[in-house]
Amino acid sequence: MELGPYLVLATLEGAITAAVLALTAVGLSLVFGVMRVVNIAHGEFFMLGAVLAWWIAQSVAGHPAIGFALALIFAPLLVGALAVAADMTILKRLNYDPERTIVATIGLLYIIQQLTLMGYGPDARPVEAPFNTRLAIPWFERGAEGWQMIWPWGLGTTTYKLAVIGAAAMILCAVWALMTRSRIGLVMRATQADREMALAFGIPVERVYALVFGFGAALAALAAVLIVPIQQAHYLMGGDPLLLSFIVVIIGGLGSLPGTVLAAVLIGLSDGIISVFFSPTLAKIIATLLVALVLVFRPQGLFGGRRT
Amino acid sequence: MRAYAIHAGLLAILLALHFTLPAYHHGNLARVMVLASYAMGYNLLFGYTGLLSLGHALFFAAGMYGMGLGIQHLGLSPAPALLLGLASGAVVSGLLAALALRTSGVAFMIVTLMFAQAGYLTVLYFGEVTRGDEGFVIQQAQRVLWGVDLSAEGNRYIAALLLFGTCLMVSLWLVRSAFGRVLVAIRENEDRVRMLGYDVFAHKLAAMMISGGMAALAGAAYGLLFGYVGATFASVQYSIFPLLWVLLGGAGTVLGPFIGTLFMFYLIDLGSDLTTAYMLIAGVALVLLTLFAPQGVMGEVRRRFWRELP
Amino acid sequence: MLLSTRGLSKTFAGLHAVEAVDLNIPEGEIRALIGPNGAGKTTLVGMISGRIAPSSGRVFFDGEDITRLPAHRRIRLGMAYTFQITSVFAGLSVAENVSLAARRRLRGKALQAEVDAALTRVGLQDRRTQDARDLAYGHQRLLEIAMGIVQRPRLLILDEPTQGLAEGEIAEFVNLVRDVSDRTTILLIEHNMRVVMDLAQRITVLSAGAVLAEGTPAEIHANADVQAAYLGRGSDAEAG
Repeated sequence: MELGPYLVLATLEGAITAAVLALTAVGLSLVFGVMRVVNIAHGEFFMLGAVLAWWIAQSVAGHPAIGFALALIFAPLLVGALAVAADMTILKRLNYDPERTIVATIGLLYIIQQLTLMGYGPDARPVEAPFNTRLAIPWFERGAEGWQMIWPWGLGTTTYKLAVIGAAAMILCAVWALMTRSRIGLVMRATQADREMALAFGIPVERVYALVFGFGAALAALAAVLIVPIQQAHYLMGGDPLLLSFIVVIIGGLGSLPGTVLAAVLIGLSDGIISVFFSPTLAKIIATLLVALVLVFRPQGLFGGRRT
Repeated sequence: MRAYAIHAGLLAILLALHFTLPAYHHGNLARVMVLASYAMGYNLLFGYTGLLSLGHALFFAAGMYGMGLGIQHLGLSPAPALLLGLASGAVVSGLLAALALRTSGVAFMIVTLMFAQAGYLTVLYFGEVTRGDEGFVIQQAQRVLWGVDLSAEGNRYIAALLLFGTCLMVSLWLVRSAFGRVLVAIRENEDRVRMLGYDVFAHKLAAMMISGGMAALAGAAYGLLFGYVGATFASVQYSIFPLLWVLLGGAGTVLGPFIGTLFMFYLIDLGSDLTTAYMLIAGVALVLLTLFAPQGVMGEVRRRFWRELP
Repeated sequence: MLLSTRGLSKTFAGLHAVEAVDLNIPEGEIRALIGPNGAGKTTLVGMISGRIAPSSGRVFFDGEDITRLPAHRRIRLGMAYTFQITSVFAGLSVAENVSLAARRRLRGKALQAEVDAALTRVGLQDRRTQDARDLAYGHQRLLEIAMGIVQRPRLLILDEPTQGLAEGEIAEFVNLVRDVSDRTTILLIEHNMRVVMDLAQRITVLSAGAVLAEGTPAEIHANADVQAAYLGRGSDAEAG
């Protein structure tokens, strides 16, 4: 394939990465923004969403769409509930101390990952997409008779992939509306701005924290359910989303939602395109170094304004 | 003097065990002593200076690869290879310190984590030189230090004990020195230390380089004594291990790292007989320790029995 | 002049916290810095000690321009600073707190003797093995002062040292400062006007970030501007 069509393909694949990444990273960003907790186990909530999606889908008979729809509803709910439980039994008892919660969520990471290994096993398992029509993409090329439309082999996408991008965009808009327009969003923002003040105004801060932690985990799980028909469910699949979410959240400005989404789109798209030119390992090395350097020299993120 | 006597006592016990332990535990204890040296290096930074690094695997691996690549590609003999390992660790930790020490708290943790991850990926990326995940074996003939074959069980144990004893006594001396006391003060209240006229950055930099150097020496020794160098030792897991060992044994105590490494080594050893998911034990231990015993074993001993425990 | 500032200013987000302050403190003097809350006293002292970078202006210590020196280098030149909000090493023993302050210039037996002397002077000798966090608040303030004097500074900056002290402790404190002042220049930020009038040889009044008046206690007491801006508004003892 020539470079032009290849780049189109890379951009499309990148858009899917960006969509899923934006959902996952917004979950991480919300938890950090409101609770000041860095959740190292976030990637495991993602993995758990995918594994639960597989479990739900294979235990329901009938058209794959039914199983998938059920997974879309119940996998995030289950993961969210688990996260709420983790918040109430662990994080709350640590008083949300930043350093100790990181250590505890590292522990949580291993617990979730290794329990999944014991229960689900080391295999990667697919989930069937609810619909999956192939769409070829045309390309224009100047031949002997001037410009003509051709259909390069391999240049194409599926209805499902486009649906993932659309769904992620809708969910992000819903999260945005929830945060800015609803009462619960107001409560979250108030807690984020000033915990003591929120307490003084009678906001049940601890319940807000549990809710936010659950909600953040549910977003990661939701992203995983969306991606699992494209990738397979595996107990070690949480590592990459965690790393990429970190990159996105840090570059986008810690705790800033628009910055996070913007960075997710940027990283997702460039991840697709960079991997055309570099090996994935080199791309990851550059990305991790970039994040570290941003944290050192520009802790407010590349897009974030100066926080006061 | 009492403190030195107690720590020397531990070394004497370990020497006595050399003659009495059955082969299996004898080999384990040699491993534990080298890993405990790594943990002691970690403890100098985390336990005494109050800097929680999530990237010490970078230093451990720098030592291991500095030594291993020196033998494999430069044809060095063990002694200069060990020195090369130590030097790589000091250089890498110095560079990382210069960057990471501009941050603090959570940002410091993430920055060290990210740099270590980049280091791990770099080992994989240059797979032709490092043999990546697969790693490489250091042949028996290349492991003869001053005529002593380090691949022999008995020699290995004594070498591990020498390394461990050196790290233990250096740690003990360091934390009781004026320099060490400033580190503790930085952990307690950094701003106040600055306003007493101490250069906080220079102290942290030195602490991180000593810590990184000790970790690198342990990494180099581990590769040399057990004859294998691989990318696993650069992975996140090996950054989490020393944190876990030190938390369990007691952060900010000289004996803690050894106690923690010994317990956790055997716990995971028992666990991996039962299941492949042995890291579950590490996860549960991390959560339980942060929740219920942030002081660790020796921290409890200090609180209850002997306040002056170094 | 041991300490002087020229046009020292600090702006926070467009607000002038301190504006063009010229200060001259000769060796051996006890100088009090007073002014209502928000007058910029702590900001000014922060710029002198190096905790806050000035927006403009210069600081001179013993004739040397120290504007660009980091805090720890200024301390090494002979400044000592006691914190307004008690800032001792809570997890370390009382003796270790003072030792840390002294260890920069002393080691071994000399250190021991000096630490003992400082602790005796503030009356904390019999509590030397306690953790600093277990001390009563007033004792923690005294520990701060011990950490200040044990450094044998040429300039001792005391930021609201009597805050939270009981009457008897304040009297002790006044004696202590007078005792130290024969070999140390003192810059005292203080709300308690009785302490100020008792101790200070000269007083600088700061108001809204600028110097409003400067003079002997008697002159300041009689100054109409000061009375209007400051003293006249509240009680004598707890103005501000």
